[in-house]
Amino acid sequence: MRVAIIDYGSGNLRSATKAFERAAREAGIEAAIELTDRPDVVATADRVVLPGVGAYADCRAGLKAVSGMNEALVEAVETKARPFLGICVGMQLMSSRGLEKTTTEGLGWIKGDVVEMTPSDPGLKIPQIGWNTLELNSPHPLFDGIPTGPDGLHAYFVHSYHLAATNPAEVIATTEYGGAMTAFVGRDNMVGSQFHPEKSQKLGLALISNFLRWKP
Amino acid sequence: MTLKARVIPCLDVKDGRVVKGVNFLDLVDAGDPVEAAKAYDLAGADELCFLDITASSDNRETIFDVVARTADHCFMPLTVGGGVRAVADIRKLLLAGADKVSINSAAVNNPDFVAEAADKFGNQCIVVSIDAKKVSAAGEANRWEIFTHGGRTPTGIDAVEFAQRMVERGAGELLVTSMDRDGTKVGYDLDLTRAIADSVRVPVIASGGVGDLDDLVAGVTQGHATAVLAASIFHFGTYTVGEAKRYMADHGIAMRLD
Repeated sequence: MRVAIIDYGSGNLRSATKAFERAAREAGIEAAIELTDRPDVVATADRVVLPGVGAYADCRAGLKAVSGMNEALVEAVETKARPFLGICVGMQLMSSRGLEKTTTEGLGWIKGDVVEMTPSDPGLKIPQIGWNTLELNSPHPLFDGIPTGPDGLHAYFVHSYHLAATNPAEVIATTEYGGAMTAFVGRDNMVGSQFHPEKSQKLGLALISNFLRWKP
Repeated sequence: MTLKARVIPCLDVKDGRVVKGVNFLDLVDAGDPVEAAKAYDLAGADELCFLDITASSDNRETIFDVVARTADHCFMPLTVGGGVRAVADIRKLLLAGADKVSINSAAVNNPDFVAEAADKFGNQCIVVSIDAKKVSAAGEANRWEIFTHGGRTPTGIDAVEFAQRMVERGAGELLVTSMDRDGTKVGYDLDLTRAIADSVRVPVIASGGVGDLDDLVAGVTQGHATAVLAASIFHFGTYTVGEAKRYMADHGIAMRLD
């Protein structure tokens, strides 16, 4: 299996690559993890991962700046229906639009806007930085064997914005931060994680293994 | 079902080696930052902080190798500070595997650097590290000033105002160290921590002076910090990270005990 992690000049790509290698090894899955900025590698990969940190508009521009990458992503995910995982801003880019700083058009895979979080408790800090638990709205293969809920495992979040999805069925999991904030989205062959699986120790490695096994 | 308070062990790294060593476990090499990081990862640390205090510019490259080797083994958040002065420094640290970088004297000397860094990499990965000393006399209203050069050089800059300015420029988090308390083991300067935490929207990490576990509890409950940083109590094995987290949980603070 070939897993392409898209390198478009954003984020902590070494951690993501290492976490995928470790998860594959521990799960006994034979996978070549390729960190790549080549559209042909992405278009022909068996699985595609889009990481991303920073601002929405910058990441969107960064992705477009790699010639042919947007088309390769659309071919792999929309046409060939390869399993796709977006991480953090990579997940947010799945939305219709990002409203951080300016309005930016996203990939349009999950209908809804990426908006600033407005916790009901004004004492809560923005960004949300740290470990929080997840509420699973509907069962999903990526959470197989992962304890969720108040006593479940924790995920590591660093974000000020979240994806307010139009269709509640596409919000797989939320996290409580002065209200339910979107933590995980998905439909068909595409999923996206607001938290960082590559930094979430036990929960993260389990989720990555599930992604590598996933047959949508 | 809430965001948990974080316990962050901090390692001083010089020329690629841990200063003073880490003595709480039978590590093969107590001076290897990567060994120490792995041990803290296993112990349940919520995040890890490396402070590079390498003086010679010849050895500045050593930290990148330390960060890269740590990221190969530890799937936990990593903050790296010390000598971060240019966008290129930040990019290299992030590419090596750091999640956040902390900016200290460069933020004092050139506040625009913080804005530039936040614009490029996002506020979430820019931590501004504030070293402050109390300068008000007894009986006066509390006032703290920013000090540089390890607490030796006063700047005349008010610490609380500086904190607010840094957040305006794009700092996503503040690491607040009391230079009066650092190394004293008498506890954080809770008035300082709270004065800053209550005046900004972003999370504050309390630092400087931890002697026992009650100090960690007070950092959150009285200092209003969302994360507590400590070095020697963990390095010398006085307490384990697990003990610290359970103690804080027993005192009513929401903690991650996975």
